[in-house]
Amino acid sequence: MSSHLLRRWSWIHKWSSLVCTVFMLLLCITGLPLIYHHEIAHLLGNDVEAPALGPNPGRASLDEVIAAGRALYPNKIMMYMSQEADAPAIWNVTLGDHPTDEHYKPIAVDARTANVITEPAFEGGAFMSAVFRLHVDLFAGLPGKLFLGFMGLLLIVAIVSGVVLYAPFMRKLDFGTVRRGRSERLKWLDLHNLLGIVTLVWALVVGATGMVNTWADVLLKYWQATEIAAMLEPYKGAPPPLRLASMEAAVKTAEAAAPGMQVAFIAFPGTPFASPHHYGVYMRGDAAFSARLYKPVLIDAQTGAITDQRALPWYLTALLISQPLHFGDYGGAWMQFLWALLDVATMVVLGSGLYLWVQRGRAVKRHARALAQGAGVAGPVLVRSGEGR
Amino acid sequence: MSRAFLKLWGMPIVLGVLTVVGLVSALLGDGIWDTVSAFALAVPLAVGVWYGLRR
Repeated sequence: MSSHLLRRWSWIHKWSSLVCTVFMLLLCITGLPLIYHHEIAHLLGNDVEAPALGPNPGRASLDEVIAAGRALYPNKIMMYMSQEADAPAIWNVTLGDHPTDEHYKPIAVDARTANVITEPAFEGGAFMSAVFRLHVDLFAGLPGKLFLGFMGLLLIVAIVSGVVLYAPFMRKLDFGTVRRGRSERLKWLDLHNLLGIVTLVWALVVGATGMVNTWADVLLKYWQATEIAAMLEPYKGAPPPLRLASMEAAVKTAEAAAPGMQVAFIAFPGTPFASPHHYGVYMRGDAAFSARLYKPVLIDAQTGAITDQRALPWYLTALLISQPLHFGDYGGAWMQFLWALLDVATMVVLGSGLYLWVQRGRAVKRHARALAQGAGVAGPVLVRSGEGR
Repeated sequence: MSRAFLKLWGMPIVLGVLTVVGLVSALLGDGIWDTVSAFALAVPLAVGVWYGLRR
């Protein structure tokens, strides 16, 4: 690599990382408890468990499940109801003042008896909610998300430029060389290179999928404006449904239309996942990979008949696949643990990078001062060339 | 491929491929695939810790 190119890549690496490092450290720190959010909820007593019932306890009608939730908040409307694949005994029901209410009420209803189990703490309680907000949008909604997405882009630039710089730094060294005993700076430079290169692919994948996740709202809006709008063409000018059709019947219809699939979640009319006239019933497969992918069935909320069903567009499929790859929640306890360790390793890479930049600045100043004292006019010139890096 | 190239990039490429295997296998299957994933993801970390702490 010519020294001109080297200097250009160094400049890219320095500035892309400097701008995003503070935010990336924040994301690494807040990401750590999020990896273990289930376990933390359990420790804080915020998790929801369905009571043990006898064998074959049956299944309550979804209309009764909805009625149980609404009985708690008669003035609110249904927004969503969802089920986790590994907890079929619980329906997570959310109610709000309007279909996009951010201060919705979450309610856990027993899927077998239609009894309310509990009203879970909002976003897992005050602590986890704060951690979650800091990680997702810095308490700033969509602009906060998109800002963090841009920081993610800078991280990717920093990682790619870091790989380019790995070559000239390591050409004369064996893999994994850590030069101890010469200077702290050299030791940390080697550790930065070592940990950077071993976590490279993981950091790239988690960074890129995190960035994709920040676009979720925008992608959904686009989907609404294109495909959902096309499906709604026949409903132009129609008044919103006065009485909602039976959900139990609607889900039976959806299940018949998508054999072998189960309901993952249901969006009620007016929410971003439905339309003003429809239930959005989202079906998922039952194998490891197909359980990640949803198939939406749009059901007329007044008549209960199917309006349309189609595969998700590629960009929403990409979003759904990018989520597990960011969360590390798809491979059991060992994967969670490795995710946490890789997260810590990334913090070391970020921290050492910051340290190297601070040290480099000091070294350049020291060097310049020494030269200025020794040889008068040479000083300013060298300061300038040193700063160019 | 030249020896110089392999000396520089051999290990990073192996660790990168292992990471990809680890990330993908648990996504496509459960059970044994989760175990494969855990081992594949653990290797790059173990290599980092080994060289990082070696005296």
